[in-house]
Amino acid sequence: MSLATAPAPAQDGVELTARHHPRVAPVKKPSNRRRRLAYAGLTPFAAYVLIFLALPTVLAVVTGFFSDDGSLTFGNITGLFTPTILATFGSSFWLSGVTAVIGAVVGALICYAMLGTKVGGLLRTIIESAASVLAQFGGVMLAFAFIATIGVQGLVTVILRDTFGVDIFADGVWLYQVPGLILPYVYFQVPLMVITFLPALTALRPQWAEASATLGGTRFAYWRYIAAPVLAPAFLGSLLLLFANAFSSFATAAALISQGSQIVPLQIRAALVSETVLGRENMAGALALGMIVVMVVVMWAYSVLQSRTSRWQK
Amino acid sequence: MGILGAAVPHLAVAKVTADVAAPLSPVEPAPAPASPSPRAKPANQAVRIGAEPSTLARRLILGIIGAIFLIPVIAMIEFTFRDGLAGSYTTSHWTGLFGEDSARTYRGLYQAIENSLVLAAVTVGIVLVLLLPTMVLVHLQFPRLKRTLEFICIIPITVPAIVLVVGLAPVYSVVVKVLGGSTWTLAFAYGITVLPYAYRAIQGNLDAIPVKTLSEAASTLGAGWLTVLWTILLPNLRRGVLAASFISIAVVLGEFTIASLLNRRNLQTALLQVSQSDPWVAVIFALAALALAFVLLLIIGRLGAASPSRRKS
Repeated sequence: MSLATAPAPAQDGVELTARHHPRVAPVKKPSNRRRRLAYAGLTPFAAYVLIFLALPTVLAVVTGFFSDDGSLTFGNITGLFTPTILATFGSSFWLSGVTAVIGAVVGALICYAMLGTKVGGLLRTIIESAASVLAQFGGVMLAFAFIATIGVQGLVTVILRDTFGVDIFADGVWLYQVPGLILPYVYFQVPLMVITFLPALTALRPQWAEASATLGGTRFAYWRYIAAPVLAPAFLGSLLLLFANAFSSFATAAALISQGSQIVPLQIRAALVSETVLGRENMAGALALGMIVVMVVVMWAYSVLQSRTSRWQK
Repeated sequence: MGILGAAVPHLAVAKVTADVAAPLSPVEPAPAPASPSPRAKPANQAVRIGAEPSTLARRLILGIIGAIFLIPVIAMIEFTFRDGLAGSYTTSHWTGLFGEDSARTYRGLYQAIENSLVLAAVTVGIVLVLLLPTMVLVHLQFPRLKRTLEFICIIPITVPAIVLVVGLAPVYSVVVKVLGGSTWTLAFAYGITVLPYAYRAIQGNLDAIPVKTLSEAASTLGAGWLTVLWTILLPNLRRGVLAASFISIAVVLGEFTIASLLNRRNLQTALLQVSQSDPWVAVIFALAALALAFVLLLIIGRLGAASPSRRKS
């Protein structure tokens, strides 16, 4: 108190301005020239983002509205609603949905197991790093890993066949089909769930558990009436993020499935690289538009849930 | 409060306010200082009443899931010792890598690794030269643009690489004309794909340090903006910048989609190609890349973990 008031009488002018604008820091306002210079400082990044993010995105969407000879057409867009393409979207939804649910449940279980471990502790750092690697770094190498594991001559396949007499490919080899993508996808979905859901668990304050226990609540009651409702938006949000992640994932599928285009990203690959079928390049644009629409809806829902989640994370 | 601190330089005000605020305001319904004893106790020493699992449950869950997740890695390692389709084992795939002919046999692969390393370096350069100064500038001068910048940096999650590549193809036909067809130009696209990760890493650090106070203090003492950025802010942002760089390297080394569909050679496309003729070597390199990425991210994790204890001391 005395420290704050002591020098006050010395400088009348400053006190006056501060009284009128108590929150404004007594720093000189930047001049117009400085302001303009500062704006100029934003242009390199703005230009970069325009050329390599905005322009490609617009181009990707717009090409879908043009035909091969450059005239405007809705042929590609209506082409999205042919049975083949609809079926690809269907299997993309199915694959993303199944792996998102499995990933979310298993990932949440891991997060639960890590409750009470020290933040920044060794166990947590190792699990978080491993999760980051597997979630972001999989791609082609995940395909290798699963060919080595459950390929026709894979380690697990051979052990199951020779030791237990179980032939996992009795009905044909499914690894290079859409069902074969489920296990590799789960392998990167679970880690992503750990990364996104773990921070949400910090919202669970020990005081709530104490309060619940003080009032005679059981552990079940605590989970049913306190933890679950608080965590629900975060869980659903992470589930959506996992769905979007699987839906837009390309590398693993591209490395595993060399024949056919069973999911949308592979359909885009086929449209981009095919030179035999005319007019397919613009089909890639239409497919990209379809993907963006799905992604925007999912990510919008995610951000809505995220804002509800952050309420508890303050 | 404002009047109290009026004549004191405002840096000091901030400090005084922070120190004085809690004991000075007993009227506010602030429960924190009232009963510090139960909260100070670490939760795991208390009787188990709440969310935490028992040690046994924790070990069971992490053990079982961890073991399942190790199976593919073990299968990869086992695979690198296989001798063709026969059941026997050999170390020739590993020794072959260090043999005399290695450089010639796997020339394409080594070239691709070099490409990927160059791409990683240029991408980190883009993050440091384009993203970092912009974030600092927005933080200092245009706080109202913060949401916009965040939105822009999150877009690459909604517009995934497989969609972006459709529009990148025509963009790159121009880029190739202007800058030539060298591999490094691909880093412009990679700079976009790493935006969300790099942004989050740097922003976390920016929010944790008093950027405005530091830069104002420095310019009061006569430092130009370059000096402020280089000698004041960069050292304080070291952790965020390092984390952003490492995560960018990890993402670039793992990138496949854009390189593959624009017909460029990087580590991942080369691995896929090599796997057709020599799957063992492809798997060995995949394991090495995974290990490298794990180490990079482990360092990021330790960097992050170092922060709270440092700030307390």
